[in-house]
Amino acid sequence: MAMIFEEINILRRHGKQFVPDLRSAVLPGIFRGRPVISGDITQAEAETVALLCPVGAIAVNSGKNRSDQAVCSLDLGKCVFCRECEFSLPGKIQFTNDHKIASNVRERLIVSSGLEQPVSVDPLLVRREIRSLFKHALKLRQVSAGGDNAAEMELNACGNVNFDMGRYGIEFVASPRHADGLVITGPITQNMAEALQICYNAVPSPKMIILCGSDAISGGIFSQSSALNREFLRRISVDLYIPGNPPHPLTVINGILDLL
Amino acid sequence: MTDKRYIEIVTNPGTVKLEDIPVLEYTDFVTFLDLVMGEEGTHCVAYFVLPQPGYYRFICCMAADENHALLVFSHIQHIDPALSLPSITAKHFQFHVFEREMHENFGIDFAGHPWLKPVRYPFDRADQSQVMNNYPFYSIDGEQLHEVGVGPVHAGIIEPGHFRFICHGEQVLHLEIQLGYQHRAIERLFVERSGILQQSVLAESIAGDTVIGHALAYAAAIESLAGITVSKNLSVERIIALELERIAVHIGDTAALCTDIAYQFGQVVNEALRTIIINTTQLWCGNRFGKGLIRPGGSNYPLKPLVIGEVLKNLKEVEERYLQVTARIFSLPSVLGRFEGTGKVTTMQASLIGAVGMAAKSSGMYRDIRWSHPFSAYGDLLYEPVMLHKGDVWSRAMLRKKEVEKSMAVIRELLKEITNYELRITNDEIVSPNYDLQLAPSSMVVSLVEGWRGEICHVAITDDEGRIVLYKAKDPSLHNWMALALAVRNQEISDFPLCNKSFNLSYCGNDL
Repeated sequence: MAMIFEEINILRRHGKQFVPDLRSAVLPGIFRGRPVISGDITQAEAETVALLCPVGAIAVNSGKNRSDQAVCSLDLGKCVFCRECEFSLPGKIQFTNDHKIASNVRERLIVSSGLEQPVSVDPLLVRREIRSLFKHALKLRQVSAGGDNAAEMELNACGNVNFDMGRYGIEFVASPRHADGLVITGPITQNMAEALQICYNAVPSPKMIILCGSDAISGGIFSQSSALNREFLRRISVDLYIPGNPPHPLTVINGILDLL
Repeated sequence: MTDKRYIEIVTNPGTVKLEDIPVLEYTDFVTFLDLVMGEEGTHCVAYFVLPQPGYYRFICCMAADENHALLVFSHIQHIDPALSLPSITAKHFQFHVFEREMHENFGIDFAGHPWLKPVRYPFDRADQSQVMNNYPFYSIDGEQLHEVGVGPVHAGIIEPGHFRFICHGEQVLHLEIQLGYQHRAIERLFVERSGILQQSVLAESIAGDTVIGHALAYAAAIESLAGITVSKNLSVERIIALELERIAVHIGDTAALCTDIAYQFGQVVNEALRTIIINTTQLWCGNRFGKGLIRPGGSNYPLKPLVIGEVLKNLKEVEERYLQVTARIFSLPSVLGRFEGTGKVTTMQASLIGAVGMAAKSSGMYRDIRWSHPFSAYGDLLYEPVMLHKGDVWSRAMLRKKEVEKSMAVIRELLKEITNYELRITNDEIVSPNYDLQLAPSSMVVSLVEGWRGEICHVAITDDEGRIVLYKAKDPSLHNWMALALAVRNQEISDFPLCNKSFNLSYCGNDL
């Protein structure tokens, strides 16, 4: 009996840990989310940060048609969120705490200077069967293919007592046979390429593919590595891109919910 | 009379000129190694090949824990496809993984090596006919035996690796672990991507659960090669970050150990506590794992009073609740029944395989870099490691609890030493990271850090223009995977997940 009281005491102290509304949750303090690039960034400044960027995520638009183009853009699919461009150009580039940065359209991950708009899912491009079949229950199988295990830990955190993704009927399952889709983390190494393909084949159709983390989307800091084999991505179509290094659980959950 | 057979490094990190590292004949090298290995508390932190035009230079770094020093010495062999050296592993088993690595990378044979098997299948391995699908698993003939293969894709959200068990009924006779699935050529990228910022990001991507540990080992190595020192306050901040990382992972592992024995209460309470700690790290630097926090030469995130206040407040909250819940966990008969006596690694075994960090300390081996080779702010702390002796799952779980308490005490102690933020600004003491450092030419640096898992060792070698030409990054997992294989021997196969989690080793840290 006394033992039960002990646990009740711990639970009382534990309190309610869950984030009540994941859709409108705001992260406290600093968080490196969606960047905003000021419209008055100069080409010279853009070139400086493009050179600084460790993963080549910043592109500078030079050329004659510049008048109707943004000076530069930052690709969140490549970005490792080191924030060095902001430190180099304070006031011109700023990483906001907007964690909703997932999209089903690769190009929507590219943030242009002078254009402040949220990253979003294009509902018109979501495959019909995703919404008709998976809206109320989505079972996912995760495959780790060369990542650093940070994205994996955040995916685990999606199901923990704080974020409780299960409340939306979204769960990770043990077998690809039980899954409606794959969540891929890591840049996809040569050594993992075959296992990933086998796992994909084992998921019954229709199935969806989510790339989780900048290294999965573009290779990230490993994009130049000779040990990768990203051919798998040429054979399949991607349903959702979730940028981050690693993506925050709120980014993951909101991205999936936007897709459904 | 000084011994000319080695050069001693007494600082951590420590840089030496390549030309100052003695070159011995292989027989003298082995004789001297035997002598060093005969001393109490010596172990190999790095043994690798530096390819040079026409020859290989084999450099060995031995840690002499009692003397708080490193002994460095080398031997040279002409490049020859038929190169074969008498194996050191045959006498000193802890060298098994270093010799296997050299064999895999360069095709060098080590005669008498009992287990010359692949380590990680690097893309540029000497023998391209070695592929993931043809790993030479050990096998035993017997009508009553069966094999169980698990992975690379596992049931949970974890990294890939393949486990091959040979079982007699439920009992595991032998476990062999095949790794390499996560290999993304990190050591090569350190050489190819010469920018210090790029390398910093690479360092924190070696193992996502040890972001601070590896980033710190890298930053310290670069600063040593550049001949600069950082302020006392920055050293203190780095150790606070390192200990926060340790606390977060240890609490997360306490949760995971509860998961594996189906004690959901312990799991959810600890998961929530871990969240508080990693959210504190996010509050400090904007990333829950501390990516971007550690950089050579300075910091983008000096500790501000607001963050210090949050750290203190959250530590207090987490400590009280963690002690409360662990008191419960470690008194439940159903928990103790699973933890006690399960997955034992004896002191002798740990010593033989060169176990480091948690795997060593929970098996009665006094091995902790914070004590033996103090780095950063540990220089002034006189850290005494937490020790346990039984080597079972209980010891590894209890070690976590004790280290959490100890790390919290360390952080509180260090926070007292941080100079007031306003004063630091007035003193012009807060500096940004420096990505334009000029590194010493033709030198080698060895940088050791005690991450939460154990000894992290980074070695960098520069050419005559100060460019990095070789980078070795060692996660403690490289040694400790063998401890897991030994721990499950003669155990029930159903205890494997528990044993595995009790070590929580890194796949990506091994595969690089």
